[in-house]
Amino acid sequence: MAQSFDMNDDSVVVVIGSGAGGGTLGTQLALKGIRTVILEAGGRHEIDDFENDEWGMFGKISWLDARTTSGDWRVAKDFPGLPAWIVKAVGGSTVHWAGASLRFQEHEFKAQSTYGNVAGANLLDWPITLQEMAPYYAQAEDRMGVTRTNGIDGLPGNNNFKVMKAGADKLGYKDCHTGRMAINSADRDGRGACQQIGFCFQGCKTGAKWSTLYAEIPKGEETGKLEVRPNAQVLQIEHDASGKVTGVIYADAEGKQHRQKARAVAVAGNSIESPRLLLNSASSMFPDGLANSSGQVGRNYMRHMTGSVYATFDRPVHMYRGTTMAGIITDESINDPSRGFVGGYEMETLSLGLPFMAAFLNPGGWGRSFTSAMDMYDHMAGMWLVGEDMPQESNRITLHASMKDQHGLPIPDVHFDDHPNDIAMRNHAYQQGAAVYDAVGAVRTFPTPPYPSTHNLGTNRMSEKARDGVVNKWGQTHDIANLFVSDGSQFTTGASENPTLTIVALALRQADYIAEQMGKNAI
Amino acid sequence: MRTLDKRTKVTRRGFLKTAGAGTAGIIAVVNGGIVMGAGGAWAMEVKHLRPGSMATLVQMARDIYPHDHLADKYYAQAMIGYDASAGDDADLKAMLEAGVDFVDATASARHGGGYLSVAWEEDRVAILKSMEDSPFFQKIRGGLVTGLYNQPEVWAKFGYEGASAEQGGYISRGFDDIDWLEA
Repeated sequence: MAQSFDMNDDSVVVVIGSGAGGGTLGTQLALKGIRTVILEAGGRHEIDDFENDEWGMFGKISWLDARTTSGDWRVAKDFPGLPAWIVKAVGGSTVHWAGASLRFQEHEFKAQSTYGNVAGANLLDWPITLQEMAPYYAQAEDRMGVTRTNGIDGLPGNNNFKVMKAGADKLGYKDCHTGRMAINSADRDGRGACQQIGFCFQGCKTGAKWSTLYAEIPKGEETGKLEVRPNAQVLQIEHDASGKVTGVIYADAEGKQHRQKARAVAVAGNSIESPRLLLNSASSMFPDGLANSSGQVGRNYMRHMTGSVYATFDRPVHMYRGTTMAGIITDESINDPSRGFVGGYEMETLSLGLPFMAAFLNPGGWGRSFTSAMDMYDHMAGMWLVGEDMPQESNRITLHASMKDQHGLPIPDVHFDDHPNDIAMRNHAYQQGAAVYDAVGAVRTFPTPPYPSTHNLGTNRMSEKARDGVVNKWGQTHDIANLFVSDGSQFTTGASENPTLTIVALALRQADYIAEQMGKNAI
Repeated sequence: MRTLDKRTKVTRRGFLKTAGAGTAGIIAVVNGGIVMGAGGAWAMEVKHLRPGSMATLVQMARDIYPHDHLADKYYAQAMIGYDASAGDDADLKAMLEAGVDFVDATASARHGGGYLSVAWEEDRVAILKSMEDSPFFQKIRGGLVTGLYNQPEVWAKFGYEGASAEQGGYISRGFDDIDWLEA
């Protein structure tokens, strides 16, 4: 049963965050018999709290703490206070994620070797290969119940998918299907099959979609080795004179501060909060922040090249019915520099409800150009474009010079400039997305700009050499042996695929490593 | 495939009869604090803003997000909250009143009458276009994104069905019923 550990118990592993990285790591450690405390900044909202209400759920679970933006990316203009659209709740962003679960490709682990020197990009090869990841990908796919793996059927195609598929076929694309989704196409692992509700982004009302909230954490809690403490926002990681971390200071729901001691600490607060926490934990011994001898903490922020294409037709589509992202074209997810850019992108079905469509179709737009598109809402099909963006040192999370949060700590600023490669890829993707819909008779197509970032990556990146990044191939910080990073911030490069499967696979792999290191008393 | 009935069901309020003459024809102010729509289809009491200002804001709302299948009452519904907010927030009240004054002054300079008297939408939109970067315009436009489109009453008119979990999702209600794509 769910355990409660003493604040002074310095034998526990503290995991900060309960999403794809932290929720998986904490559960897996508990399953291995390791006493673990997950500190989650947000509250615990179980499935009963989920509503099929876009703005209602946005207000209930989103990370809405103050943040600022800078740089030339359009998000900074359209949503200056909301650089990222992620979740502050138990389960983290696995509560609102779409479920797309794709392995990275071999060449994507070798971005620098494959793409060569790209001006302005801070490319690096991952210190691990697809071959090393393969068993953990397999483990993650089984655990998450990913369709089209482990003999699990694909999801049925909804109307939005059928439009995409018809267009893909006409265009000659070869690889278009209903995706590899961590959404049950049949009962599995104690969770039912998808009922085609839609509202995947508002929390799955049936639990058919994998989330650490109900598919992992309860299994960890059942062992008696895992405590999940919600409304516990970590403010600082502490260390001793030898430089080992000793515990964390966190604020509870009332703002009261507590110290939880720890044998090891794993940071999994997503790619804005994780580097912010390391930077806010600066001390006289580590004046530039923890694990920052390389100066790379907070740098190389990636958010994927994104955009959407919506199209209207003379007949109805009702794209919002059914699974939001069960549809993909992978043909463009290759490295073919003859297209004018390196790396590739995926095209994935996407729909928004009318309230979100009003906010995101063309932020700031008004008048009849906008409303005539909205008038055709039920005749609309849509896709999301997601591709590899270039890591740049100057794209980074920094501590704001003057603005403080409710706990008196500097808030993060998120700076992002599009790389020319990102822009060339987005333009190509807009063109190809429109072509898919034009092939089946679209009346109008709409190149919709990026939403606030859902894929936040790279700000504590993995590197072979300590000078190039923050963590080693196990997510262990180069500088401090008992301090780990367990979320997407450890990504060396972004690849073209949705990141969650890789985050989960890395967390499972890291759990093995932490258990081994603890067994050897190395940490 | 299963589609939605988008027809408006007429429910007249009845207690107000006519729209005043000399306006664009649809929104009027009558005795004191009441702003009403054509034929008395809707009415609201305005306590903190000048009633004429509220009438102008409602017309602006329609001109910013014109949907010919939406009655004025939905735009009125989207704006009515500003009256109470203006009662609580003097700065907001001043911004709204000054914004309306500016809109009316621009209309007078161009067309010889207030914003509500400008008969053609394109002429009113040109006035709004000239001030679209102003905090006043952006406040009204930004608020409408949720104020108008997050009204469950308007969703069916766009063919959007809202919450579905309570009805068992779409697995038996047309998630894959598209019937016009060529095989």
